[in-house]
Amino acid sequence: METHAEAGKEGKPSCASVDLQGDSSLQVEISDAVSERDKVKFTVQTKSCLPYFARTEFSVVRQHEEFIWLHDAYVENEEYAGLIIPPAPPRPDFEASREKLQKLGEGDSSVTREEFAKMKQELEAEYLAIFKKTVAMHEVFLQRLAAHPTLRRDHNFFVFLEYGQDLSVRGKNRKELLGGFLRNIVKSADEALITGMSGLKEVDDFFEHERTFLLEYHTRIRDACLRADRVMRAHKCLADDYIPISAALSSLGTQEVNQLRTSFLKLAELFERLRKLEGRVASDEDLKLSDMLRYYMRDSQAAKDLLYRRLRALADYENANKALDKARTRNREVRPAESHQQLCCQRFERLSDSAKQELMDFKSRRVSSFRKNLIELAELELKHAKASTLILRNTLVALKGEP
Amino acid sequence: MAAEREPPPLGDGKPTDFEDLEDGEDLFTSTVSTLESSPSSPEPASLPAEDISANSNGPKPTEVGLDDDREDLFAEATEEVSLDSPEREPILSSEPSPAITPVTPTTLIAPRIESKSMSAPVIFDRSREEIEEEANGDIFDIEIGVSDPEKVGDGMNAYMAYRVTTKTSLSMFSKSEFSVKRRFSDFLGLHSKLASKYLHVGYIVPPAPEKSIVGMTKVKVGKEDSSSTEFVEKRRAALERYLQRTVKHPTLLQDPDLRQFLESSELPRAVNTQALSGAGILRMVNKAADAVNKMTIKMNESDAWFEEKQQQFENLDQQLRKLHASVEALVCHRKELSANTAAFAKSAAMLGNSEDHTALSRALSQLAEVEEKIDQLHQEQAFADFYMFSELLSDYIRLIAAVKGVFDHRMKCWQKWEDAQITLLKKREAEAKMMVANKPDKIQQAKNEIREWEAKVQQGERDFEQISKTIRKEVGRFEKERVKDFKTVIIKYLESLVQTQQQLIKYWEAFLPEAKAIA
Repeated sequence: METHAEAGKEGKPSCASVDLQGDSSLQVEISDAVSERDKVKFTVQTKSCLPYFARTEFSVVRQHEEFIWLHDAYVENEEYAGLIIPPAPPRPDFEASREKLQKLGEGDSSVTREEFAKMKQELEAEYLAIFKKTVAMHEVFLQRLAAHPTLRRDHNFFVFLEYGQDLSVRGKNRKELLGGFLRNIVKSADEALITGMSGLKEVDDFFEHERTFLLEYHTRIRDACLRADRVMRAHKCLADDYIPISAALSSLGTQEVNQLRTSFLKLAELFERLRKLEGRVASDEDLKLSDMLRYYMRDSQAAKDLLYRRLRALADYENANKALDKARTRNREVRPAESHQQLCCQRFERLSDSAKQELMDFKSRRVSSFRKNLIELAELELKHAKASTLILRNTLVALKGEP
Repeated sequence: MAAEREPPPLGDGKPTDFEDLEDGEDLFTSTVSTLESSPSSPEPASLPAEDISANSNGPKPTEVGLDDDREDLFAEATEEVSLDSPEREPILSSEPSPAITPVTPTTLIAPRIESKSMSAPVIFDRSREEIEEEANGDIFDIEIGVSDPEKVGDGMNAYMAYRVTTKTSLSMFSKSEFSVKRRFSDFLGLHSKLASKYLHVGYIVPPAPEKSIVGMTKVKVGKEDSSSTEFVEKRRAALERYLQRTVKHPTLLQDPDLRQFLESSELPRAVNTQALSGAGILRMVNKAADAVNKMTIKMNESDAWFEEKQQQFENLDQQLRKLHASVEALVCHRKELSANTAAFAKSAAMLGNSEDHTALSRALSQLAEVEEKIDQLHQEQAFADFYMFSELLSDYIRLIAAVKGVFDHRMKCWQKWEDAQITLLKKREAEAKMMVANKPDKIQQAKNEIREWEAKVQQGERDFEQISKTIRKEVGRFEKERVKDFKTVIIKYLESLVQTQQQLIKYWEAFLPEAKAIA
């Protein structure tokens, strides 16, 4: 589908770090996507010279649930406890868009045919934009996995990429959803407990700083994301308002018999063009600002999750220490206590080391992504403002020039 | 007073002759006759009170001077008073007669002289056009400003007083620059007076701004919030536009009530403008009655121009309403955008504070500042959307209602004429019957009545011709004004949009290096 090709280039919230482009030993992309009634089918195409795969180029069809299965598999894997697991792509949600299209179809008799056509066009463009975005987000998820030296070697990942058949991953049933929900509660309880526990001293300044930083950062970026969404929607609303204005001006112009005729018709044209520009401003704000904020909101959550895991490892280590001390004083089962403590210590240190690296990567990824998107945002805003100025000035010249 | 009047420019003064001349000509006769009639007001002695006002303040409906004009004049006056809104009475009584300076606008003296030599219609035309042009140009040098809203009094009796400043070089005013304090009901009173004098003879009197009980109550109660300041500003701007439109009308400008409004330091309180007063309720009842009457009048339109124009205005009305509704939505959404941008700016600032990478933190704070400035920009643009675009449309929607009203008055005028003709027919039939029955005293009475109604028919026809003429002229003037008005406002509005975009460019250009500086 040709629409996808564009999505790959510009529609993507390019929050990925720069080195994604460098490594070509495993290239993953979503080459096609089809939207059916209530599901989207993604065609995942892989090109790789790595030995894990049977072929060098192959593709499979996956649905959203299978992406989620893959994500959860990573999260539940102890081996990756010290890594930031790339956030799962959000579920494709065309509900709002579909509802609007339906409402439009039900018809408002006061709307002229041209207006209706334009509104339909707008809604279809919106639908398409949402579609492109969901494709992009699923793609970025896979691409981050493919770029990560450890994560890319996961067996489930290979299965996901290569296994031709359906993975028969059904959506989570009620019990599992509830389970997931409870797990989150436990996690926050954990977090609270852990920090409240006397004696659990954060040994590392770096992590202490990261913890306070991430907690605040996550809340604030979530806030910023929500508000950026509202700005974008208000902008979209504004752009849509120009449709009936342009239509009314057009009718006024055709009815007039005096000099106002050309004035109104020119104004109608102007508003039509302004509408398109405003629409582009809205969608650029969406892609460069809202989407970026949203991605890093999720990524920062993933980073927080990493910190929790480390803290729990620390707690386990502390507990193992206490148990060892107890065993030593009682002089009973010292050996198992010792080995358990050793394990906990190793695990904790392993987690801490990789977490440190991951968090630093997170920071540099975040900084470069913000930089890229903010620059692009500013450049696009300038481009649209200049274009608007140009058409406004042209119309003014034309209007003033008339007798 | 009638004696003072010059014979009308055209010798026989039959309406039919006028048809040979252009529309523009009509302007001439009416202004001339207005001129001639106004200065005569200080002579009340010989005439009944009602006539003074009818003749001195308004254009005479009967300009085509026939010899028995005088009689018809009075008859006309009494009839008009009873047909029109009862407001007339209190207004007439409260009118201070005459510290009215004789009207001698220099522009119109020349045509007066020329009018005597009516032999060369061609010259006539040209001079009329010249005057028309002058009238539309800078000779009508008068500027009105409404400013400084000030709350007077307390509680529910409080009101807003506005300063009305006039700057003019017209000699009809005693000074070249002066100002007075007026309250909203004064404006309504002025409109009421002008409407009662000029609407029924076909002049498009600009409507006054609308009352708003909710808006005013808030102000009275003393809420000093942004919505009440907005309300006061909206009203001030509307009052200013109202006065500016009114003084642009050459006939209304001559009106002594208007002059008094602009000049007098004290103005008798117009009590009958209150919505819930007796007069107010009577107004509503009359309006309803009018609506019913309009539906039942079936006029034989002999002049396609009127039908065409009415249709045109009907269409224009519909389209303007549609556009107005859409623009109101635009204003609303732009305000929303502004509010959302402000909220985002705050959260961007917070995010910048949290961010531990220094350069990114600084860039985010800069972004927050940019967004804050943009929010201001959106707010200003929303004001421009409203005060320029939206208010223009709502003004014209109400103006067109006034235009439609004028067309309706013409219909009523026609109806009166028609009724007079029917009555005349009945009287003739009655006379015929009397002739047959041979009752000499009744026959005399019948003959008298016939003469009376013949005169009424003639008057009715003359009135109808006159109002038709006036409307044609008025519509022409209105359309010219409308074109000018719209063009001016559209250009101003587009310039405001350009301003906004240029500011946006400035802000983002300042931000770009900050974003690039993130290392």
